[in-house]
Amino acid sequence: MTKPILEVKNLEKTFQIDRNRVLKAVDGISFEVFPGETFGLVGESGCGKSTAGRTIINLYDASNGEVLFDGKNVHRLKGKNQKKFRREMQMIFQDPYASLNPRKTVMDIIAEGLDIHEIANGRSREEVVYELLETVGLNKSHATRYPHEFSGGQRQRIGIARALAMEPKFIIADEPISALDVSVQAQVVNLMRKLQKEKGLTYLFIAHDLSMVKYISDRVGVMYLGRMAELADSEELYDDPLHPYTQGLLSTAPIPDPVQARQREKIRIKGELPSPLDPPSGCRFRTRCPHAMAVCAQVDPLWVEAKPNHWVACHLYPKSNPQ
Amino acid sequence: MNSTKKLQKSWFEPLAPSEKNSEVLAPQTGYWKDAWRRFKANKGALIGLVLIILLLLIAFIGPLLNGFDYSTQNLSISNQEHLSGHFLGTDSLGRDLWQRVWYGAKVSLLIAFIAAFLDVVIGVTFGGISGYFGGRVDSVMQRILEIMYSIPNIVVIILLMMYLEPGILPIAVALAFTGWVPMARVVRAQILKLKTQEYVLAARTMGASHFRILFKHLIPNVVGPIIIAVTFSIPSAIFFEAFLSFIGLGLRSPAASLGILVNDGYRTLQLFPYQLFWPALVLCIIMLSFNLIGDGLRDALDPKMKK
Repeated sequence: MTKPILEVKNLEKTFQIDRNRVLKAVDGISFEVFPGETFGLVGESGCGKSTAGRTIINLYDASNGEVLFDGKNVHRLKGKNQKKFRREMQMIFQDPYASLNPRKTVMDIIAEGLDIHEIANGRSREEVVYELLETVGLNKSHATRYPHEFSGGQRQRIGIARALAMEPKFIIADEPISALDVSVQAQVVNLMRKLQKEKGLTYLFIAHDLSMVKYISDRVGVMYLGRMAELADSEELYDDPLHPYTQGLLSTAPIPDPVQARQREKIRIKGELPSPLDPPSGCRFRTRCPHAMAVCAQVDPLWVEAKPNHWVACHLYPKSNPQ
Repeated sequence: MNSTKKLQKSWFEPLAPSEKNSEVLAPQTGYWKDAWRRFKANKGALIGLVLIILLLLIAFIGPLLNGFDYSTQNLSISNQEHLSGHFLGTDSLGRDLWQRVWYGAKVSLLIAFIAAFLDVVIGVTFGGISGYFGGRVDSVMQRILEIMYSIPNIVVIILLMMYLEPGILPIAVALAFTGWVPMARVVRAQILKLKTQEYVLAARTMGASHFRILFKHLIPNVVGPIIIAVTFSIPSAIFFEAFLSFIGLGLRSPAASLGILVNDGYRTLQLFPYQLFWPALVLCIIMLSFNLIGDGLRDALDPKMKK
């Protein structure tokens, strides 16, 4: 078995809201990502998936646990290793209208990493930017323009080109398509897949759209209120979801076949997402779970391998119950 | 019967990418070009700009038109309103008023520009650091700012002027000593708003230094509000300079600023009102024009702020 490129071990990230209240945005998640694959991270808004992504790329310090990239703890990097890490891991952002500096030309935006790391200048800097623009499906003449002159999809392509400029190994895509039209979503996702094949990239794909995650991901992790609920190969997760939350999510995802859609059983998830400031005791999902039992309120379910390579944290599966 | 034919892949072929069939983009418009277009549409601002340009032209060319200078006294022609060659007459010491008004206007404007420049340098740095680093740094810097703000600035300026040697630079420094506070507030507020934008995060993921993020990403996005604050701080500096001169803490004779001229004219107001009228008129035009320009710039550089 190959060595994972990214190991997240029991990662926690808390924010101090005021003197008495602490928000646990990420509450002990663990997973591994292998070179060349796409790992999808899904969950509702506010479940901590973006915070997890930002902690992994060291925009935030970890409150507990560790993130190992190529075997090195990313929060302890210094000097040369830090610089190397900043090149090897890149991020694509959610909002294409906020992720490009409105006062810089496309040329300067894409070349930012080249300037910071003093990789290229003058003529070669231009060459690199032109090449990247063509790679992402734009052309040379766009280089002198400003972000406001582009559509959402084009801006997202510019964001991708900016990340590619650093020749990264690993890209965290933080809901890269959720701000785009459906037709443009497919374009951007296909571009990302094409680039993955050509450059051997590894993706951590954060999203809330299950159908798109299934399309692009090899393995998928489902998050709920800062915890990992279920993790499996993408086909396996969609064919046989074990956690009630995943089952609920999947039954609301549209299927492009009306016959099948009419036949399937709809599982409605009741109620609202509880406040992460005051999460339920025991299993986080119990307040909305159709199968909630007495034990759910008292004991945290363990993270177990219910089927080969299929992990879940739920008391319905005997191994999860510590008693 | 199946009336809908299935789409066949072979019907389609991708168009070769070329410059010709790529999208047609509108002509390029930069930030400043856009701002200028909006500024031009504002009549008041345009009038202000024209007035300031005319005034500056006259201030530099005007003094060449008659052969006098601002400091030569000639008591035999004192207080003459109509005298050939002296366009605006002479003052109580027989000095040419035309020369003195334009000399004073230049001095006043120079003081105002130096003070505004110092405001920008101190205010942007202070506000930028305070807003960007936040937390404890911000708390301490904000308390300093509040202390500065709570002392009436006239008192501070008057105390400073008693220590400093009267001159153009000392007056400008005294004005900037309290003048940078509003600038720092504007910049801090903007930086606080902008620093969580995703483009700042993007720069951080690429390993940009704090210095680079602050001065290459954030400050350029605050240029609009900074310029607006400057256009409003210039007339206030001119006013304060006039005020200082009026109460006798400004420049010393024979040097002149608009404030000194107004003060001199005020002494002989009942006998020779023209000696007050001309410098006061120039002072009013300068203040009015800068305020008009400031309003226009606010609408032009920050269209969202309009209403």
